Amino acid sequence: MSEIGSDDLVRFLELYAQRIAERKVELTDLDSQIGDADHGINMDRGFTAVLAKLPDLRESDLGTIAKTVGMTLISTVGGASGPLYGTFFLRLATALGERRSVTLPEFVAAVRAGLEGVKQRGKAELDDKTMVDAMTPAVEALEAAAAGSDLRTALEAAAEAAAVGRDRITPLVARKGRASYLGERSANHQDPGATSTTILFEALRDAMAPAG
Amino acid sequence: MKKLINDPGTVVDDALAGMAAAHPDRVRVIEPNVVVRKDAPRQGKVGVISGGGSGHEPMHGGFVGMGMLDAACPGAVFTSPVPDQMLAATKAVDGGKGVLHIVKNYTGDIMNFELAAELAQAEGIEVTSVVIADDVAVQDSLYTAGRRGVGGTVLAEKIVGAAAEEGQDLASVTALCERVQANVRSMGMALTSCTVPAAGKPTFEIGDDEMEIGIGIHGEPGRERKKLATADEITEMLMTPILDDMPFKSGDKVLAFVNGMGGTPLIELYVVYNKVAAMCRDRGVSIERNLVGNYITSLEMAGCSITLLKLDDEMTRLWDAPVNTPALRWGV
Repeated sequence: MSEIGSDDLVRFLELYAQRIAERKVELTDLDSQIGDADHGINMDRGFTAVLAKLPDLRESDLGTIAKTVGMTLISTVGGASGPLYGTFFLRLATALGERRSVTLPEFVAAVRAGLEGVKQRGKAELDDKTMVDAMTPAVEALEAAAAGSDLRTALEAAAEAAAVGRDRITPLVARKGRASYLGERSANHQDPGATSTTILFEALRDAMAPAG
Repeated sequence: MKKLINDPGTVVDDALAGMAAAHPDRVRVIEPNVVVRKDAPRQGKVGVISGGGSGHEPMHGGFVGMGMLDAACPGAVFTSPVPDQMLAATKAVDGGKGVLHIVKNYTGDIMNFELAAELAQAEGIEVTSVVIADDVAVQDSLYTAGRRGVGGTVLAEKIVGAAAEEGQDLASVTALCERVQANVRSMGMALTSCTVPAAGKPTFEIGDDEMEIGIGIHGEPGRERKKLATADEITEMLMTPILDDMPFKSGDKVLAFVNGMGGTPLIELYVVYNKVAAMCRDRGVSIERNLVGNYITSLEMAGCSITLLKLDDEMTRLWDAPVNTPALRWGV
């Protein structure tokens, strides 16, 4: 069974920050259709700040890395994304603790704790058309695969499930966040939060278990 | 994008530095981006703070000063501020009697203020929060994030700030803020879009002959796209839902607030106010006080919002009380 260590977590964060930067305009464009046109800008500001802190964290334990990421996001992102992604990483930190490497099932349990934190902070449930709709199937896919599969298989399943979740809610009417003000007009727009969450699970896959 | 800026990334910082330079008699700006009343903290006085995304100037920084806010926390443009700001603001204005957070009802603002309130309470400062949600354009149901906080926030900050100034305690200042929130209704519209500096292009496209009814203050699309109409017709489209929602009845005394969204000249706001006054007269609603101007804006968006607050004697007295802020100043 492969272990996930501090270097894996740092590599994932570097890749996620890079992809958020690359897709900043796309995320902001999605947000301008049903929100307030700042999701990509805010996420990029937060992960640029995270990126600046990573060099000092390479030797740290998993919990310290995740906690630093969470606090940095809360302090720099603003909007709803700051507290939500911040809470995700803080819960991850609590679950990972002072360990420097964890097994896949242990890592999956930490991601589950992160998801529960997001739901609690945002008071969102499935089908409200939020990041929860991408994160929930991704975590469930991880849990289903964790026991018997290798890392690559599990992370591939999670990334795929996140994308399916993201696309599944596109036709829905939003019930949380600024998109909910639009009522019926929020239907048939891809959700920016579910999109940035899908990018997160894709980065997790590509950083921790690169193909080939 | 044509804007009077140096760099999209430094707009908020540059503007705050300008505010500090322009109004040193009333406010100072502290890290991390908090506008604080010059003489804060005032011992024995309840602190009142607010905050929200930038781009709504003069809200909230322009309302910091004697008789109104003790501090304001501006976030990035249209983005709620971060908890560090509200924590710093709360500590900077705490005079030992607790601090009220006035929060506009947006998902991000709620979460960031909640985190800040938890942190402040952990440091031993008593914090209460009141959420302003006065926009009748949004359905208030389990299926939305609830009504947005818009024009009513300006009125709440003035009235509640005056109550804190005269020495009311945290419980009564909080109850008053809830009473203002319960009695205020607003609705807005846009003729044009606005451009977030960091985004560089208009938030939404709108035709020369179109308007957006029920818009918020972030350029987020409203509920209905319509063909342009006359000012009187538009005023009716905004006033009727406001009057019916409360409902405002014959004999009610109100404060009528006609607000510009940033790109509409005052002459047009007075055209709107004229119809607001006529409609109130027709319903037997008495306008006791009014406010006309650009107070809660959406960058350079053209359009307006209308707010009606049902007044009681205490609210009227506190509205009239002296105020000395960069954007509202009377009785001093």
